[in-house]
Amino acid sequence: MSAQTLSFIFVGLSFALYIGIAIWSRVGSTKEFYVAGGGVHPVVNGMATAADWMSAASFLSVAGILAFTGRDGAVYLVGWTGGYVLLALLLAPYLRKFGRFTVPEFIGDRYYSKLARVVAVFCLICISFTYIAGQMRGVGIVFSRFLEVEIETGVVIGMAIVFCYAVLGGMKGITYTQVAQYCVLIFAFMVPAIFMSIMWTDNPIPQLGLGDKLNDGSGLSVLQKLDQVTTELGFNTYTVGTRSTIDSLAIAAALMIGTAGLPHVIVRFFTVPKVSDARKSAGYALAFICIMYTTIPAVAAFSRLNLTESVNEVAYSEAPAWIEKWENTGLIAWKDKNGDGIMQYRPGHAFSPTKPVFTEARGTYGERVISNELTSSANEMYVDRDIMVMANPEIAQLPNWVIALVAAGAVAAALSTAAGLLLVISSSVAHDLMKRTFMPDISDKKELLYARLAAVVAILIAGWFGINPPAFVAQVVAFAFGMAAASLFPPIVMGIFSKRINRSGAVAGMLIGLSSTLAYIIYFSFIAPEINNPEHWFLGISPTGIGTIGAALNVIVAVIVSRLTPAPPAEVQDMIDDIRIPAGAGVAHEH
Amino acid sequence: MNHSADSKNQPENDGQIYHHDEAENLPPHSHHDEETLSEVDVEAYWRANIKVLVVLLSTWAFVSFGCGVLFSDWLDQFHIGGFPLGFWFTQQGTMLCFVAIIFIYHIWMKKIERAHGVDDDENNVEDSLTSQSDTGAKS
Repeated sequence: MSAQTLSFIFVGLSFALYIGIAIWSRVGSTKEFYVAGGGVHPVVNGMATAADWMSAASFLSVAGILAFTGRDGAVYLVGWTGGYVLLALLLAPYLRKFGRFTVPEFIGDRYYSKLARVVAVFCLICISFTYIAGQMRGVGIVFSRFLEVEIETGVVIGMAIVFCYAVLGGMKGITYTQVAQYCVLIFAFMVPAIFMSIMWTDNPIPQLGLGDKLNDGSGLSVLQKLDQVTTELGFNTYTVGTRSTIDSLAIAAALMIGTAGLPHVIVRFFTVPKVSDARKSAGYALAFICIMYTTIPAVAAFSRLNLTESVNEVAYSEAPAWIEKWENTGLIAWKDKNGDGIMQYRPGHAFSPTKPVFTEARGTYGERVISNELTSSANEMYVDRDIMVMANPEIAQLPNWVIALVAAGAVAAALSTAAGLLLVISSSVAHDLMKRTFMPDISDKKELLYARLAAVVAILIAGWFGINPPAFVAQVVAFAFGMAAASLFPPIVMGIFSKRINRSGAVAGMLIGLSSTLAYIIYFSFIAPEINNPEHWFLGISPTGIGTIGAALNVIVAVIVSRLTPAPPAEVQDMIDDIRIPAGAGVAHEH
Repeated sequence: MNHSADSKNQPENDGQIYHHDEAENLPPHSHHDEETLSEVDVEAYWRANIKVLVVLLSTWAFVSFGCGVLFSDWLDQFHIGGFPLGFWFTQQGTMLCFVAIIFIYHIWMKKIERAHGVDDDENNVEDSLTSQSDTGAKS
């Protein structure tokens, strides 16, 4: 069977599974809709959290980033996984003890202020929509490449599926579909990794294969070979870093704090029965994530070797079939600068702007003609980073069912994250804005209806983003982490560990943190992208790492403002005492 | 990590890091429903908790910012299973340490909570049972 037919079957089967789970677990109360009734087993919750958090960007882009940047890219691995330590130690147990439904609800109650709650909802919506745009684009890429349907059709199908289980099943439906999605995506990620590891080193464990000797009898290890290949062609040496230390630290910190501040991840810890379960569950979540995240460096290394071997100095007319397929989706381009009919893959951008602009015409060898200006670099290839994981099975000539599996895995990764984000958006709108702020008298049934309506509207907006995606997806997702770091994480942690931070401090901190971070990102990405380089950055920190500064500003402003204004009232201080003690979590849940 | 977790004779300096203020003249905490918890125990529990956090977060910072970034290059002179050590930390080692830190935290806190009588097992058996009374979706 062709890869396309198989992809249809695999993706179709996985959709049937998700919808089946949604029907089986549909909900009737707001408590079930928001936190799955609070009775999810910690291991199950850990698995769901892993799927919730591992997005299309994790599945598709991180290995690509690592493959092209080598050691520099590893700061993303450290940053994204390290956040779970903060989450487990500083947030999860206390928020579970607090025992309500949403992140803005905690901020609103702790800072005894509707304004604080509304500001938190605003931050949450900014973060979630930024993040969701990336997921929908991921769905679109998979559909357009593997199922060869229009991106629009793909996005609409994806929206329909998420609609089924997020709107009907709420948190309960999402939890159990995410468990299924975790199984699909981890299997889909590991199978090609194991194949590639055996292919290069005979070692079936990719994590060990990365440190192993090549099986070609050269006596070189994988890493030595990579260093040799990259250095010969003039790229940065694979195992040597080039990013400045301060920027590496800032990016790692922003991603860690951001991960711990992501509302759709935090809210998953509201669903376990006990405080100690929240801690255990964070551990399981990270363990499940690390199965994939420790494999990513191996996938990156093997795919870099594969790519270089199958592209560089190969005649276009003899190029493997996947080159033409990806060229047709616009994610690979070749311009025969020296007229020899052979693809030269070298450092630097082949043309400017860096993304290819295709004309309708075909060149001498049947390649797509581009209208970009050429650069003086010897490089003739444009290879989009996002294709590495999806192209791997084809580059490594794996069987067709592996290709289909990767398609299903990528869709699972995108949908699980999108659903989690949609849920926090809808619960914030229905619960925090409607029930807790504007219409306190509405019934549970009415509130549930609002939550579902909000989910529908959020799905439609997300779909619009999917069809009209912002230019740089991985980058956009990284910005969501910066915003989460600068806005939500500081008031939550300070709210637990300090009794002195009051509402004025929290509100001022959140506003300053979010606006300074947003301003920096927007300035360097959209207003003045031409000066987006270390010389112009504040303290040499890139827009990806600026969330760290935003978070620091948030804390400083909150502390100063709180010192100048009265301390929180006694009942709030009592509440803080209460959330610090694990006993009695079940009681706190009823309200 | 050979701290006795609930020793009370080490002064805590958590104010610098967590802005943790000791609010002194508060009314008695009326809503700890099971008032078996004495105030002394709660205070001691919280101090022990902060100590655990300081130890584990220092380890976390050392591993992620230290081994992962700051002296990663220096560590490359050592080797582990075919990897230069610093490179291994950036690609796999830090993540394995993070998982270990969280599970150590879980076990350590469980011990402290039992010692201070604020463990959520004994106190809330009924609560965790009632919260699991949902239909079907329990694996």
